[in-house]
Amino acid sequence: MDALVLARLQFAITTIYHFFFVPLTLGLSVIVALMETLYVRSGNELYLRMTKFWGKLFVINFALGVVTGIVQEFQFGMNWSEYSRFVGDIFGAPLAIEALLAFFLESTFLGIWIFGWDKLSKGVHALTMWLVAIGTNVSALWILIANSFMQEPVGYVLNNGRAEMVNFFDLVLNPNVWVMFPHTLSAGFVTAAFFVMGISAYHLLRKNHIQVFRRSFQIAAIIGTMAAILVALNGHSQAQHMVESQPMKMAAAEALWRTESPASFSLITIGDLSQREEVFSIRLPRLLCLLAYNQLNCEIQGIYDLQAQFEQQYGSGDYIPPVAIVYWSFRIMVGLGFLMIGLALWALFLVMGEIVEQRPRALQIFQWAILLPYIANAFGWILTELGRVPWVVYGLMRIEDGVSNVVPGGNVLISLIVYTLIYGALMAAMVYLITKYAKAGPEDGHYPTADEADAMPSLVGAQD
Amino acid sequence: MTLNTVWFVLIAILYIGFFVLEGFDFGVGILMPFLSKDSAPDKTDHKRRILINTIGPHWDGNEVWLLTAGGATFAAFPQWYATLFSGFYLALLLLLLALIARGVALEYRSKDASPRWRALWDWLIFLGSALPALLIGVAFGNLVRGVPIDADMNYVGGFFNLLNPYALLAGAATLTAFTLYGAIFISLKTDGELRQSARAAARRLWLIVVLVLLALLTATYFETDFVARLGVNPGVIPLTGMVAILLSGYFVNKNREGWAFFTTAVSIAFSLVTAFLYMYPRVMISSLNDAWSLTIFNASSSPYTLKVMTIVAIIFVPIVLAYQAWSYWVFRKRLTSDSPLVY
Repeated sequence: MDALVLARLQFAITTIYHFFFVPLTLGLSVIVALMETLYVRSGNELYLRMTKFWGKLFVINFALGVVTGIVQEFQFGMNWSEYSRFVGDIFGAPLAIEALLAFFLESTFLGIWIFGWDKLSKGVHALTMWLVAIGTNVSALWILIANSFMQEPVGYVLNNGRAEMVNFFDLVLNPNVWVMFPHTLSAGFVTAAFFVMGISAYHLLRKNHIQVFRRSFQIAAIIGTMAAILVALNGHSQAQHMVESQPMKMAAAEALWRTESPASFSLITIGDLSQREEVFSIRLPRLLCLLAYNQLNCEIQGIYDLQAQFEQQYGSGDYIPPVAIVYWSFRIMVGLGFLMIGLALWALFLVMGEIVEQRPRALQIFQWAILLPYIANAFGWILTELGRVPWVVYGLMRIEDGVSNVVPGGNVLISLIVYTLIYGALMAAMVYLITKYAKAGPEDGHYPTADEADAMPSLVGAQD
Repeated sequence: MTLNTVWFVLIAILYIGFFVLEGFDFGVGILMPFLSKDSAPDKTDHKRRILINTIGPHWDGNEVWLLTAGGATFAAFPQWYATLFSGFYLALLLLLLALIARGVALEYRSKDASPRWRALWDWLIFLGSALPALLIGVAFGNLVRGVPIDADMNYVGGFFNLLNPYALLAGAATLTAFTLYGAIFISLKTDGELRQSARAAARRLWLIVVLVLLALLTATYFETDFVARLGVNPGVIPLTGMVAILLSGYFVNKNREGWAFFTTAVSIAFSLVTAFLYMYPRVMISSLNDAWSLTIFNASSSPYTLKVMTIVAIIFVPIVLAYQAWSYWVFRKRLTSDSPLVY
């Protein structure tokens, strides 16, 4: 049993699972905080019911974000000990800071938010959710600072066979961070917006608690539209940056086997992987130059040329990422991204025309659209992490050199199977609970009842 | 005092924070099936809910102490992080699974009325509290005793190596101590029947804890070069730890719950301080050859990194302490059988 292959598979699985829950946490924390602030300022009980309802779903999702996250922090040491030894001086710091600044903040204040309704003033209670929102988003920042070092090492010097930090500000101001972080944050907002729109659509179709869900849909449509557009703009900046910093990743994302000048954009490419050649391709001329450099003429290096260049620079070896996966991940992510912009604009249009409830087909579609951001999020990470293969630290350390040498393959197989099964079971429990509470709708009264689950809120009740 | 020593101390503080805060969370989870026993099933369910609501607002923030300790270990002593986490692989896997189970179980348990649903998550709360309480002691027992580490900082023992009698005894110490600690916490945070049964449990547990701690202390004198390093009179801290647990028994008997809690906390904290005092300046002792031990010098990050992290810590640790303390203040009231329950 090859420990390396298993360790890579395990990291991919656990990361994708973790990132299933995180974006919703990022975006929904802000949306709930917003709703509670609207309640505090207006005194309108409608906003309180919205806060409680969406907050409940937030908490159910958050629990899994936390537990899957703990595994991530431990996994670097457990499965990638040689990597940890090599980059610990630089990589460890953002992780420690993430825990000290963000994890403490979000965990402590979420506990206060959940349990403190009757113990704090309305304003202070709302503040706790804002602190949770800040905590989760700051957490994203620090982990992306860490990941950005892997993609584009900065602020370091090689000493005694390790990378050592020489400039903390370089690490934090790494340009990779500032194209990745806004993109990730926006994706979080899109995820949350579509989640809210979808569940709101479910209830609007059934004419349940119309006021709550009409207003929720409104808020989500506005946020969703802004966020979906920002995701695309930030993604564009990120891609333009990656053309310079990680040209092989971009060449793979475009299935650009040969250098082109001017470079064309592939709409669809079918490759023959054993030959590493393309079999069929529809390309738009010059478009890649436009996207990469905002100009009509340019040369973009192809995979083969880059491979030759890397062999000169780093020695012999295979520097080509798995092109098919990277290429299709990119297409799927971007394609869904544009679809989501369209859907969000449609939602906004319906909201502005005040005809949301008169469009049952649209509402049906928005229910299903909840899934779109999840798929795009997963493929985004697959793109960016597989696109840096064979590097675990770009240009400095190869993946195979980072794996734990003392952990036998059998042990990794055990953990891989166990994580996959347990995560699957927990995900099923989460989906069960979220579906149940989403369908049940907001409860009446503004005090957590002594036994909410036993006194399930009535599904009938168009009274708002 | 070098930054290496500063960070050894800071990481010790983080682990101590974890013991002192999650300790009673684990204890509550362990005691939950026992203290909630009642002839009427819905009273059992109600009692279980009260019990998990005592730690409800706090457990997640408390768990972060462990994550921060791990993160700080990675940042300040990456070799220690790498050797420890890859070496103790299966044990850590168990610990992680238990923590995952507990975390989700606490949150999800009461969100469905089905008795089978609740029974399943209750089991996971119990296991997810008992297993970490045991394993964390086993881990520290191994750190103190030393484990096979070769000249390249690799752990070369297996999994079963970690389950040696000394480490298991250390595990028994944390398991029993946290359970006692949890019982005292419950007696502080509840009223009526639960408070009484918690007091009774504390009384019964106290003697067991003292005996296990004494056994551990004795074993430590024999298994390690404790005497050589700290002297026959080990000094104020280990002695205070011992006195504290004895005092705790006195306060438990007198139903002085607050003082019982405080002295138990001191005992737990000072026991861990003793372990760190003993280890210093080593962070992972090699049982093969002390020259191969990881120390605060050969396992550390560069001075620059330590400096950056120190500045961050100086700013943020006090802030964290302040708002965590505030959160305990917010939830200072006892839970009664009429209290509204969120979990």
